[in-house]
Amino acid sequence: MSADASLRAYAANLPVPEFETTAFTMLGKPISQASVAIVTSAALHHPGEDPFSQDDTSFRSLDRADRELVMGHWSPNFDHTGFQLDLNVVYPIDRLEELADDGVIGDVGPRHFAFAGNQPDTVSEIRLDTGPACAAELVSDAIDIVLLTPV
Amino acid sequence: MIEVVERMSPPRALYCEFPLGRPLGKPLDPAFQRRVIERGLDLLGASEPVLATYPEVVESDAAPMVCSIPPTYDPKIPPPVDEAQGLRAAYDRALARRGVTSVGRAIDADSVPAALEVLHQWAEGASWEKIDLPGKNTVAVSHDIRTYYEEAAMELVIGSTPAGRAAEAWFFEETEAGRTIMAARTALKDQEAPFPFWFYMAPAHR
Repeated sequence: MSADASLRAYAANLPVPEFETTAFTMLGKPISQASVAIVTSAALHHPGEDPFSQDDTSFRSLDRADRELVMGHWSPNFDHTGFQLDLNVVYPIDRLEELADDGVIGDVGPRHFAFAGNQPDTVSEIRLDTGPACAAELVSDAIDIVLLTPV
Repeated sequence: MIEVVERMSPPRALYCEFPLGRPLGKPLDPAFQRRVIERGLDLLGASEPVLATYPEVVESDAAPMVCSIPPTYDPKIPPPVDEAQGLRAAYDRALARRGVTSVGRAIDADSVPAALEVLHQWAEGASWEKIDLPGKNTVAVSHDIRTYYEEAAMELVIGSTPAGRAAEAWFFEETEAGRTIMAARTALKDQEAPFPFWFYMAPAHR
């Protein structure tokens, strides 16, 4: 079994919050008119900011124009070199700009957001506190679609 | 992990079996990344919750990474310290090219040799409670050392884009630093240090 397969098998049995209902909302407008933002759990941040601490449940705001970002993730269990070679493999901001230029999406959000994926199993603080706070920031930017990239 | 997605019931999910740490699948392949995003956007047309699977799998454990290691030559300092110092020029080139470094969770690049010296001493049997590690946190320091090596390696690697687990295998199996971290990890375990102090110094499967 490969390392990724072994870690996937391990993670598949971790306890996670389970929900009986699904929050589902239709887009309500054509994708070509929608504003899109990225939320990643890759713990990206600006070099000058405080790094993510272990079990950090806060999030960082990433400006649309910023490409000089570092990965502050604490987990040793995944590859980091893909990000070093091309941040779009984790944070596809250039792809969104291209999709907007081509008219596939309406616009790219002015801000994007990063959490740290290394979290306690319950993710309670993110679910109850920083997650809704991040969602409020996205709403204030009039974001219609959020692309979540898990790391 | 598709089992996790199924249990959490998100409104829309595109399950992609790509290397862990590469959610868009392939670095330096804009066309591939775009296809993944467009497939995700397609899910917005569904009138009820949907979990789809991306049809293409990207394997993580493909070709090994070819990256030369500077030979150690100074018998007065531990091999991993000598090795880390030898990689400094490549690390500096990486920093100059990218403008940023992810080294810095607990230590900066200047402290990598000193941290390796302490890990080497632990691996040789010194007590982790009596010799302080620069940066203190064993997990963050180990991660910073690995990041220092991987960023340097991207300047030295020969051939195509390294596969998802290639750099990890190179670091833990071919470098003095990686072997030292593994040996220090074993030493901490044997000295009955708390589990989180040593376990997360390396990937769980190691």
